[in-house]
Amino acid sequence: MTKEITVTINGEEHTHEVESRTLLVHFIREIAELTGTHIGCDTSSCGACTILIDGKSAKSCTILAVQVNGKNVTTVEGLATTEGVHPIQEGFKENHGLHCGFCTSGMMMRCVELLENNPNPTEEEIRWGISGNLCRCTGYNNIVKAVQYAGAKLRGDELPSTEPVFVE
Amino acid sequence: MIPANFDYHAPSTLDEAFKLLSELGDEAKILAGGHSLIPMMKLRFAEPEHLVDLGGIPGLNTVSMENGSLHIGAMVKEAELEHNAEVTSKFPIFTDAAKLIADPQVRNFGTLGGNLAHGDAANDQPAVMLALGASVEITNAEEKRTVDINDFFYGFYMTAIQEGEILTNISIPVPAGKFGNAYSKIERKVGDYATGGVAVALELDDSGVCTRAGIGLTNVNPTPMRAERSEAALVGKVIDAAAIAEAAQMASEDCNPSDDLRGDSDYKRRVIRSLTKKMIAKALERAQA
Ligand SMILES: Cc1cc2nc3c(=O)[nH]c(=O)nc-3n(C[C@H](O)[C@H](O)[C@H](O)COP(=O)(O)OP(=O)(O)OC[C@H]3O[C@@H](n4cnc5c(N)ncnc54)[C@H](O)[C@@H]3O)c2cc1C
Ligand code: FES
Ligand code: FES
Repeated sequence: MTKEITVTINGEEHTHEVESRTLLVHFIREIAELTGTHIGCDTSSCGACTILIDGKSAKSCTILAVQVNGKNVTTVEGLATTEGVHPIQEGFKENHGLHCGFCTSGMMMRCVELLENNPNPTEEEIRWGISGNLCRCTGYNNIVKAVQYAGAKLRGDELPSTEPVFVE
Repeated sequence: MIPANFDYHAPSTLDEAFKLLSELGDEAKILAGGHSLIPMMKLRFAEPEHLVDLGGIPGLNTVSMENGSLHIGAMVKEAELEHNAEVTSKFPIFTDAAKLIADPQVRNFGTLGGNLAHGDAANDQPAVMLALGASVEITNAEEKRTVDINDFFYGFYMTAIQEGEILTNISIPVPAGKFGNAYSKIERKVGDYATGGVAVALELDDSGVCTRAGIGLTNVNPTPMRAERSEAALVGKVIDAAAIAEAAQMASEDCNPSDDLRGDSDYKRRVIRSLTKKMIAKALERAQA
């Protein structure tokens, strides 16, 4: 009931003998020891476990590790490079897109694919785009701003203001 | 939550998959996107001893428009339909439905074949397929057969797919004349299964008379259902407000919703009446555009 699999995570090959029932999120956290990917609900609802598989966002609590044998996985640890943080990370930092941070890694991974498919999304498209990710802290407004900021940065446009917006 | 132990198989051809399915018999389950099956296995509602993953079999994930039909491979992901402009220009119903099926991550993995093969009246694609008059191709080691979607859903989690068989393709006729289609559902929150959902597909002749109407209902019957009386109430007419109201009333009378946390049956009948009205109007508007 075990299988040897090789999964490339953030460019590095991980070859291990795993039980068929091992969930991808456990492979990432416990076997590859990359704990930036979180487990929130464990029932495919919250998106905290979101990672990219061959560039597509997916909930790693609902995928078996054996299903991604031979594939490329990107986790939050793979976003930053030697040049610095990824624009989406900068967006969250500059716009206060997180409070406790529990949802943040999954939220950012989802937003990376969102911006890849749609470099200049409207506010509504951003909100639909993160509809599979729950945040219990921020109220989402600053997450929307973070994505708009990252989009502008990736497009090379002028960066939007990071001043907080106060509702009168 | 971890599923019970099982053995995993990843065939690389259909023939290999059929061989595995015949060797393993009823101890094996087919794995497509896994977004219905794996949650059930984590909750131990399902404990198959073997999983046969279709993910590595080439040829099951193509979309093509040929011989007057749209052909969709069983392993085509919900997201692939949602973002295929050739498909959504003729069938905007897929954009309507996709937006309401779970969330982007689930749609990146869930397949059209799995959504139908699961045989769950709460899933959205069954009603869409009923409205569009689809047919499915079911293949076993010896032969392929084509099953009309009306004969596909047998009972709770039961479909026409028999042991050793794989759903390989879904075909949807592309009408020659004017046609329009639309889907909507009421959900308690984004990503929830439907409290009730309605899919409508209409065909009109040159004078605007309805020549075919397909209406499928989500989650208001033990199996996905067609609102046949409502369809008959539209065919042969230039659809007007009175015909729409009559068809919507019939759909709300003919469905069989149960009382549950999403609402009582009286509320769900009202949901169906209201959505049927709106979706007929929307499909009509698209057919006339
Ligand atoms: C959080 C969440 C919310 C969801 N919300 C919705 C929703 O609102 N609306 C909706 O419609 N769906 C919803 N789904 C379900 C989702 O769309 C599923 O992905 C889909 O129903 C099943 O597709 P799958 O490819 O994942 O199939 P799997 O889970 O792999 O398979 C489902 C069943 O079908 C069988 N099967 C699959 N493919 C074949 C085949 N080709 N031939 C024979 N048998 C096959 C399997 O053996 C299994 O019994 C939701 C899922 C999640 C996790
Ligand atoms: S932990 Fe995977 S979606 Fe919540
Ligand atoms: S920052 Fe706390 S859940 Fe999102």
